[in-house]
Amino acid sequence: METYSDVICPFCGCLCDDIEITVENNKVVKTKNSCAISNSKFMKNDWGRIVSSTIDGKHTPYEKAVEEATNILSSARRPLIYGLSKTDNEAIREAVHLAELVGGVIDSTTTVCHGASIIAMQNTGVSTTTMGEVKNRADLIVFWGSNPAEAHPRHFQRYSVTPKGMYTPNGRKGRFIVVVDVRETRSSKMADQFIRINPNSDFDILQALRALVRGQKLSAGEVGGVRIDILEELADRMKKAKVGCVFYGLGLNQSESRHMNVDALYSLVSDLNHYTKFVTEPMRGCFNVTGANMVTTWQTGYPFAVDFSRGYPRYNPGEYTAVDLLARKEVDAALIMGSDPASTFPLAASHYLSKIPVVTLERKETPTSMLSKVVIPVATSGIETGGTAYRMDQVPLKLRKVVDPPKGVFSDAVVLGHIIQRIKALEVDSV
Amino acid sequence: MRSLIIKGGYVYDPINGVDGEKKNIYVCDGKVVEELKEREAKVIDASGMVVMPGGVDIHSHIAGSKINSGRMLRPEDHRKEVIKKTKVTRSGVGYSCPSTFITGYRYAQMGYTSVLEPAMPPISARHVHEEMVDIPLLDKAAYTLFGNNLFTLKYVKAGDIEMLKAFILWLLRATKGYAVKIVNPGGVENWKWGRNVSGLDDFVSNYGVTPRQIITSLAKANEELGLPHTIHLHCNNLGVPGNYKTTIETMEALKSIKPKSGRKTTVHVVHCQFNALDGDTWANVRSGASKIAKYVNGHEHVSIDIGQVIFTDTTTMTGDGPWQFRLWNLSGNKWVNKDVEMEAGAGIVPYTYRKENPANSIQWAIGLELALQIYDPWRVYLSTDHPNGGPFTFYPKVITWLMSRASRNEAMLEINKSCMRRTSLANDYREYTFNEIAIVTRAATAKAVDLKNKGHLTPGADGDISVYDIDPLKWAPSRYRELEKAFTLAKYTVKGGEIVVKDGEILSTPPGSTYWIDSAAPNEAELVKDVEDDFRDYYSINIRNYPVEESYLPMSHPIKLEAV
Repeated sequence: METYSDVICPFCGCLCDDIEITVENNKVVKTKNSCAISNSKFMKNDWGRIVSSTIDGKHTPYEKAVEEATNILSSARRPLIYGLSKTDNEAIREAVHLAELVGGVIDSTTTVCHGASIIAMQNTGVSTTTMGEVKNRADLIVFWGSNPAEAHPRHFQRYSVTPKGMYTPNGRKGRFIVVVDVRETRSSKMADQFIRINPNSDFDILQALRALVRGQKLSAGEVGGVRIDILEELADRMKKAKVGCVFYGLGLNQSESRHMNVDALYSLVSDLNHYTKFVTEPMRGCFNVTGANMVTTWQTGYPFAVDFSRGYPRYNPGEYTAVDLLARKEVDAALIMGSDPASTFPLAASHYLSKIPVVTLERKETPTSMLSKVVIPVATSGIETGGTAYRMDQVPLKLRKVVDPPKGVFSDAVVLGHIIQRIKALEVDSV
Repeated sequence: MRSLIIKGGYVYDPINGVDGEKKNIYVCDGKVVEELKEREAKVIDASGMVVMPGGVDIHSHIAGSKINSGRMLRPEDHRKEVIKKTKVTRSGVGYSCPSTFITGYRYAQMGYTSVLEPAMPPISARHVHEEMVDIPLLDKAAYTLFGNNLFTLKYVKAGDIEMLKAFILWLLRATKGYAVKIVNPGGVENWKWGRNVSGLDDFVSNYGVTPRQIITSLAKANEELGLPHTIHLHCNNLGVPGNYKTTIETMEALKSIKPKSGRKTTVHVVHCQFNALDGDTWANVRSGASKIAKYVNGHEHVSIDIGQVIFTDTTTMTGDGPWQFRLWNLSGNKWVNKDVEMEAGAGIVPYTYRKENPANSIQWAIGLELALQIYDPWRVYLSTDHPNGGPFTFYPKVITWLMSRASRNEAMLEINKSCMRRTSLANDYREYTFNEIAIVTRAATAKAVDLKNKGHLTPGADGDISVYDIDPLKWAPSRYRELEKAFTLAKYTVKGGEIVVKDGEILSTPPGSTYWIDSAAPNEAELVKDVEDDFRDYYSINIRNYPVEESYLPMSHPIKLEAV
């Protein structure tokens, strides 16, 4: 029996790095400090694993599956490489290389998640921080369209609500917590103030707050279902905070007007820096979606939706984003890793995915793996392999390997490396 | 055996006092050697060309969270320059925030073979190293940020120089860093509350220490430890008209520090152009370069790099959060702020330097004034503070300005004359020689950071060599366009004895090494205990997950300090 301490949890964007894992006979038998989701991911790591490669659902040797994957990708005119968010940077690097090599398109789950936030950042910039600053200094926390109590269970405890830091010795008591949402949630129940807003009114409210922060008087009696005096009070509270932080989620950027909502939030937060210190942070979901953005950015200049069909990287959300490419039937093959688009994409997109040859790198059976022509099993990133992941605030951490992968199963990076080798060999042969 | 003879070029090797001598350079197994037989080696004909050691850039933001946020922020910038993949090279984008592969290619094409990343926030050091792995063709090192670190402030406040020294070595090892970088000491910590410091004797909130104490303590510790580079200092009040006074005051404060044996400098002031402004406001700003130059000429404990401004659209990014906030307000462009817990911060603002903007014109002149009026080229280095003053790809342009009065004239004529009266550039007739260019772009920079096998061509030195297709005997300053062309695309770049660039084209892309300081102080156990306590209370990660594993440096080049 072995115990590993300070293990990093590879589930959500919080990347809690204080997990204790006990392993017996290459199986996780106990976890400590983990939330319910994390515990389940570690304990059930070996449940329902795919252990053998398949082509058209039939078991096949690994080499054959790699060969078939190579054929599919190299003969496609415009393959899509999609996912990336639940694997490590080492694999993402290889995925970008592969996309470049085959002249395809690479996109990550950002596209259906915080892609809108990145577009807003490209419009206005953003004032942000690493989480330790929030823990040490922030006395006003706003959760906007996010519900960490259910989606990021230890966020409150580790970073935003209860921790005691250098200038926040009273922890929870020293902080004022506001939740802005369209409905009550488990997060709103613990807040000092819950502001219920009408669905799709975020933009109006944020712009009203901007005006109020600048000291303008508004003639409207209410905005987006919120009485103006409540907004006035919030604006005032924001200006008077020593350090404030807005953690926002998909409730903001997936409601009507999408990136414009985030644009308004970022502008509000920037404006507030004329009065005090204010920062904001998106609540990223998958454990390494931030890493996917980082790696594609340093290798290609762009965070997601990158097209290599001209031999150089091009970026255009809406044109090179996975959902749009599939719905418009512009790609003719796909490699999926670290994601399950068949269950998360709109019907038109996932329907078309079932019509083209798909190679999937997966650990467990998913709707995507079921519609794939080739399935190659991979190791669990962060449990069965090490590698690097970036927390939602871009802090890079080295994941820890605690158990061995099933026999004959490689990491995402190794499998992609094998495919790249084969494709390069094909190119040499054809010269 | 990989052997190479670079035959018959005009060699500029200032460290060995070789000034344009026609001679052969021999390289074997990646190192410069005394002699080789011609039939045993590949021969490059360099007759009628300039041969220099590979370029060493002392200050260029090429890797890490800051440049990557810049890349993410600016898709519009990338579209100005796209680069296709080839059989040997990866694709990418260029201009002010080039992607990693392109950064390596562009430097190598200009004959540069080593680049030092000047601002590594400790907690995201892994990110810097991950990117550096993806920058081929260059040897690298990164300077770790110290000036606003919790532990620096704590030990400075306590006046405990031994703990400070132990901390410097511990953090350099944990981050795989190479030198002590200080950015707006105290100001960045105050920025965490939305404030700044106004000068050397202002106070850091909650600590009660001053920027002066932080700088002098770190410099003292740095010299006592005998680190290869002096402190690398981004002064307070950057970008504030009248700041030349703060800059001179800072230099003066470091005069009495005893340098490590074998060196005379105790401070390197970075991108000095931004800290050499005279006047009271942006409306009446003047050049303070002459005053700084006069001080530097009279005091041998200071070196600077110029941080030359280029008239183009670029992306400013510094570890100086409050300055970037100011620049956001001045420019109205988009603004990214990134605070880093307990350690540092950063800001990013896109910016276009325009000839019609009086302040920008004066800034342009200041960089050149510094380079021309400081007489000792071993203490003033070429830089654009990439990408702050402009992209590093404009170095050839800066070289022509330094080497040719005619080239400067051309630029000055396009600038408002009344602006030029607020500088003294028009009175500078000095023109750099090839030898002086070799000093300010490789020999002196390599020496300043004490990369012992770089910047010269003594047998035993690394086989990093650049060959430029320009004949120094036939060249005259009026022919500056040829010069720019020759320095933009090297005829040959040799890296570790391998020809990596020929006629400006990349032939192969070997990876580069990463240099870092691997030493521990005798009192490290005591330090670690102290650090661990604060770490548990104030950081958001565990100390065990903090140090960068050596596996992130596939070509690791640790350096042990002699003094420790």
